[in-house]
Amino acid sequence: VRMRSRIPVILLSCGSFNPTTNMHMRLFELARDHLHQTGQYQVIEGIMSPVSDKYGKKGLVSARHRVAMARLALETSDWIRVDPWESEQDTWTETVKVLRHHYEEALRAFQSQEFMRNKYPTGSSTADSLSCQQPVLPELKLLCGADFLQTFKTPNLWKEEDIKEIVEKFGLVCVSRAGSDPSQFIQESDLLSEFQHNIFLVREWIQNEISATQIRSALCRGLSVKYLIPDSVIAYIAQHNVYTAESERRNEGHLLQPLRPQNTPINPLRD
Amino acid sequence: DPDRKTEVVLLACGSFNPITNMHLRLFELAKDHLHETGKYKVIKGIISPVGDAYKKKGLISANHRVTMAKLATKNSDWVEVDDWESCQSEWLETLKVLRYHHQKLLSADVTNSVQDAVPITKLGRKRKQESNRHEPIKKKNQSPVVKSVPQVKLLCGSDMLESFGIPNLWKLEDITEIVEKHGLVCISRAGNNAQKFIYESDLLWRHKNNIHLVEEWITNDISSTKIRRALRRGQSIRYLVPDAVRAYIERQRLYGPESEDRNAGLVLAPLQKHAADPGAHGLHN
Repeated sequence: VRMRSRIPVILLSCGSFNPTTNMHMRLFELARDHLHQTGQYQVIEGIMSPVSDKYGKKGLVSARHRVAMARLALETSDWIRVDPWESEQDTWTETVKVLRHHYEEALRAFQSQEFMRNKYPTGSSTADSLSCQQPVLPELKLLCGADFLQTFKTPNLWKEEDIKEIVEKFGLVCVSRAGSDPSQFIQESDLLSEFQHNIFLVREWIQNEISATQIRSALCRGLSVKYLIPDSVIAYIAQHNVYTAESERRNEGHLLQPLRPQNTPINPLRD
Repeated sequence: DPDRKTEVVLLACGSFNPITNMHLRLFELAKDHLHETGKYKVIKGIISPVGDAYKKKGLISANHRVTMAKLATKNSDWVEVDDWESCQSEWLETLKVLRYHHQKLLSADVTNSVQDAVPITKLGRKRKQESNRHEPIKKKNQSPVVKSVPQVKLLCGSDMLESFGIPNLWKLEDITEIVEKHGLVCISRAGNNAQKFIYESDLLWRHKNNIHLVEEWITNDISSTKIRRALRRGQSIRYLVPDAVRAYIERQRLYGPESEDRNAGLVLAPLQKHAADPGAHGLHN
């Protein structure tokens, strides 16, 4: 039976990764399984993009550490990698801009592959197994948890046009735990409803809610976090004394960057 | 005073079919909890996979289960696997496993005490020289060499605690000895029924000081059943079990629809054993 070409998908996860936990990595695995089981997609890559220090979130340690820990956590993965681009920018970058950047990169890679394929046509190679006759453009989707989706309704946190671009041009893969169901939240938003075909809801039946905040709290109390985050990350944290009572106070009292006045989206309907 | 702390060994009995990150977490949570009381020092953790004679549905060979548990504890400096229980040809009551490990601990302790016994003699000699003093002769238990007896406590989740109520699964006398002589460390999710369960049993209530309830705030529902289900459906189990265990399962092609059917229709060993025994009655009165 000849299969229709699957659409190649790259999953992008944006967040603090402060630190990376087993749950962050689980999201990728769940999302990949889900997309594969639709029969329409082939997930070719996963990208973890830690937020820049300029985000200003309380307790956010230096990007240098967060990127290093993510790298250690992903050592055993053959398809997920960490990309420091976002963390290296001078200012905080809107999620939609991070998506655009990585999409451009993916396109560039795709086009150079196409160029090579046309220049040096071969018979059938394993690289062509995805593309059959018509190579399919890859899609980049934002991977997130249901709590991330909920932040769309936090006042002033998102620009409406950005949300639209995310769900229209890219797509969302939203992983939620067994008890909660974000479909209602989607129904209640005209914008999200319009693009629900591009919002993939994945149920996580094996609950594993390891919040980074709880991890940091446990570490400060001298409690064990073994089997919740990779051993290599635990070792790194100990070696570099990453999380302390002091690091937890960083950015205390400061406003999150996207909420700061110069970033506040103007909503003409408000006045 | 470190010498006043009771040494504890945590013993986890179960199918470990397969072992998951959740099983491993139980040990970490229990150790932290006991240490925080200031009264205990956890010196070892033991994983004791049940023998094949248990006849639980879906239970694969003990060889594999023991191997996976060993792979999982490779990077632990205090939790180890003991295959004594899994090597027995008949199913063994949990109490017997507890007794075995307690006996083992006591023998090891006696050996250590014998080696440390020499200083007592030296002290004794010293006291004789000062016998004209009017101080009371110090009793043996004040010597730093003699510690309180180490204990083996059963480590479990609230599901095992609540299984005490399943008719014919446990013998009342066994539960009694477990909570009276050894003790339980029971890890459960916040908002669970463990406290209520203890309250509703006179026996458990009487020994509630020897039942340590530990609340697990980080919801972690990685059950072996779900792992096996995911494997049958070709879904990823990465980051839910140690990577070495995942790799082993893959290489050995464990857990498919056939393995899940093992022992189907058979009666669980303890139920079979106790069905004929009038002493195996429920916990609640």
